[in-house]
Amino acid sequence: MQFKDYYNVLGVPRDADQDAVKRAYRRLARKFHPDVSKEPEAKQRFQEVGEAYEVLKDPQKRAAYDRFGENWKAGQDFQPPPDWEREFDFGGGGFTGTSGFSDFFEALFGRHQAGGHQRRGARFRMRGNDHRVRIQVNLEDAYRGAQRTINLEAPEVDKDGAVRTRTKTLNVKVPKGVVDGQRIRLAGQGAAGAGGGEPGDLYLEIGFAPHPRFRADKRDIYLDLPVTPWEAALGETIKVPTLGGSVELKIPKNSQSGHKLRLKGRGLPGNPPGDQFVVLRIVVPRADSAEAQALYRKMAEKMPMEPRSERKV
Amino acid sequence: MRNDPKLIAGVVLSEEIRLSLREVCYTCDVSAELIMDMVTEGVIEPQGTEPCEWYFNGAALTRIQTALSLQHDLRVNLPGAALAIDLIEELEEWRRRCRRLGGP
Repeated sequence: MQFKDYYNVLGVPRDADQDAVKRAYRRLARKFHPDVSKEPEAKQRFQEVGEAYEVLKDPQKRAAYDRFGENWKAGQDFQPPPDWEREFDFGGGGFTGTSGFSDFFEALFGRHQAGGHQRRGARFRMRGNDHRVRIQVNLEDAYRGAQRTINLEAPEVDKDGAVRTRTKTLNVKVPKGVVDGQRIRLAGQGAAGAGGGEPGDLYLEIGFAPHPRFRADKRDIYLDLPVTPWEAALGETIKVPTLGGSVELKIPKNSQSGHKLRLKGRGLPGNPPGDQFVVLRIVVPRADSAEAQALYRKMAEKMPMEPRSERKV
Repeated sequence: MRNDPKLIAGVVLSEEIRLSLREVCYTCDVSAELIMDMVTEGVIEPQGTEPCEWYFNGAALTRIQTALSLQHDLRVNLPGAALAIDLIEELEEWRRRCRRLGGP
């Protein structure tokens, strides 16, 4: 088990007063709250900060933790002293923070009881906590629907009343037409309830993986399409990829770079389905040969234009 | 450790789903009074006039759950949660626009 430097986690010196500890906790909790932050590590950092505060805000726990002194470094292999529990009685619940504390915390201060906020010995029925997991889905899966296997660490109470962590594997359906940021509720797949209470729910939060070609905005799909100046000027029918396969797109005459062409209903499925927008990007041929340069000069002579006149650049 | 081969299908919390006040209370494990307070403070806007006729969509359910977690984790009150959620959604909208234009 690895030693955790709680002062370092909160970014406060070891002699910080309780107010400074509280201020540091509040600032970091706001920063890493999973509903506020989009950083991939946010949930883990939020839990670490919560665990550090759970220890440092409580003078008794903090005094016990401080006995380790400054010699321990984060990540160092650690075993609690043999008489630890007898000297400080931390057995049982009463924690105010979120669940999911580290082995290090549990070795020192005891375990959370299953069911989140339930205290040891509670006799009343209580519904289990909801859990939330972010899953990355690529656009093809969102278009066609997919299956996903999810492994969850779930605390479970065995027949002797001890809490163990078990890996729970779920095979879940990602229905077609899900969009970025949307949640899927899996009823009854959250934490187990206490005292015969119902289990909580599991929420899957969908995040779209970056796609090499397409970008998504809700159900609409965007694609940059490079075209030649003559395709844009003269108009042309071009094959363009969509999530459902290639389609023919007619580029109108006199198109410009940045023009958006809509392929109705070719976005993500739904009611109504999204559209695909093709954004034209005119690629200018290089004037590397004498012949190409002559052609450009001829165009300048025959087709004079002032692209900056309207913008007054 | 045992694999569960059964395929589980959930409910997508989309704009199209409609949940009554009772269903929302059950799903979020909260009282109707709290949901009514959230409506008063502008965390959510139900469809329908009377509480017995109220309906909420998936986005409203997500807002309720975010408000609950901000309340529990950061001690934000309901008007503060309403403001924070509005700002989070606005930020999301800008992030989406940025991605649509090819940004990160």
